[in-house]
Amino acid sequence: MKRYSVFAVAREAARYHTGWERAWKSPAPKKKYDVIIIGAGGHGLATAYYLGKNHGIRNVAIVEKGWLGGGNTGRNTTIIRSNYLQDPSAAIYEKARSLYETMSQDLNYNVMYSPRGVMMLAQTEHEVRGYLRTAHANALQGVDTRFIQPDEVKKLVPIINLDGPRYPVLGALWQARAGTARHDAVAWGYARACSDMGMDVIQQCEVTSIRQTGGKVTGVDTTKGSIDCDKLGIVVAGHSGVVADMAGFRLPIESVALQALVSEPIKPCMDVVVMANTVHGYMSQSDKGEMVIGGGADGYNNYTQRGSFHHIEETVRALVETFPMISRLKMLRQWGGIVDMTGDRSPILSKTPLEGCFINCGWGTGGFKAIPGSGWGMAELMAKGQSPLTDEFSLYRFREGKFIDESVAAGVAH
Amino acid sequence: MLILECPCCGVRGEETEFHGGGEAHIKRSGPGSSDEAFHDYLFAKENPRGVHFERWRHVYGCGKWFHAARCTQTLEVFGTYSAQTTEPPQDIKDKISARRPGWTWREFA
Repeated sequence: MKRYSVFAVAREAARYHTGWERAWKSPAPKKKYDVIIIGAGGHGLATAYYLGKNHGIRNVAIVEKGWLGGGNTGRNTTIIRSNYLQDPSAAIYEKARSLYETMSQDLNYNVMYSPRGVMMLAQTEHEVRGYLRTAHANALQGVDTRFIQPDEVKKLVPIINLDGPRYPVLGALWQARAGTARHDAVAWGYARACSDMGMDVIQQCEVTSIRQTGGKVTGVDTTKGSIDCDKLGIVVAGHSGVVADMAGFRLPIESVALQALVSEPIKPCMDVVVMANTVHGYMSQSDKGEMVIGGGADGYNNYTQRGSFHHIEETVRALVETFPMISRLKMLRQWGGIVDMTGDRSPILSKTPLEGCFINCGWGTGGFKAIPGSGWGMAELMAKGQSPLTDEFSLYRFREGKFIDESVAAGVAH
Repeated sequence: MLILECPCCGVRGEETEFHGGGEAHIKRSGPGSSDEAFHDYLFAKENPRGVHFERWRHVYGCGKWFHAARCTQTLEVFGTYSAQTTEPPQDIKDKISARRPGWTWREFA
């Protein structure tokens, strides 16, 4: 792999950009791999990357039904934060956030991580108490957050309306080193690094069944033929239930559509991410100037990747009250993704009833921020059979009643 | 957009008039059941891409609960029927078979 650098740009400029190579190869699948990962989204690619980088397992294929990063990795609102309440969540999300800080250097690929700060507005007395509790929990976990007063909110976000008639801003939970990153670049950067380690990223290759002998996984059948493996990782987000069904077990997961939208680009007006969970809306401004807006999830199972129109209305109505200046903005695009929701709103990174088969799912409405931490933990789990990052996120925690309740931190907005 | 017809009052409405109540025809497991059965009753969800049976409530209408047979991939509604049933009626099953030959859902087909 040729490294990207200022010298590479200069060299290519001098020869009419004829020397750039493809960022990753598109090979045909081999007969057998040590590890197959189903799903070339952020989490799947990160799992493969850390399998190679941290554990030396490089005979790996990542198979993808559609195109690389075309699922939720390319459909989220790119927010990165780690201000969760419970210890296991704080550990994995903070690991992810700290890996984002150096990701561009690690991958030699600019993921445009922008630690611009994330603010979660408290608009009711209950929310004030909830966020004070989170701030205290974060202090114990070593996650740098604090509760700020309305005057500081106004200083950070001059366009905000503090005394909305229904939901006045009473304060906010502020994480200064949280922010955003370019979501496509995260998938592309990992794919390039995986390909460079000799792994095969195989796109347009849909898994149609999972083969097993004596309770142990032996391989997968795909639209590009049958492939053998020793270990299998299922990392397919919204379609986890469908793939788990092929492996012969059911998950405590329901899939719903979550949607987002962006406005026409405008001049810079807001340089932090603002989330308002009470009114179901959150907003940030992209580098292109578009206001990126996310809202609520659909109230029933579906796989439509578009979402219900009334959620857009609710979200935009709430945001117009909080940011009156956006009322005249035109919206450019709207899209949806299928999110996999667990009952306690925490992910599942776990062994499964099928030996050699591992699953990473249940990130629900907030998987993007966790990509590097999730990949780090999942790789360790697949290589060694356990990982301190993933131990608490077992598939069997529901049977044991050991829930990791994040419905407050993760209930709506991500 | 999802459009449902309430089998109780006969009104057709779009989804904001109704409220989804999750998976239908769940077999209740109580005291005396095995841990496995109780776990599945509480947590293991049917989450199909395709034919699905759900409970819905006509919250901004007659207020009654009912069942809906629906495709989660296309939002096509195969039919709605009474909540006082333990499995989908035959005419609903026939309607689904006409649209999705070979479908199965839990023990129904």
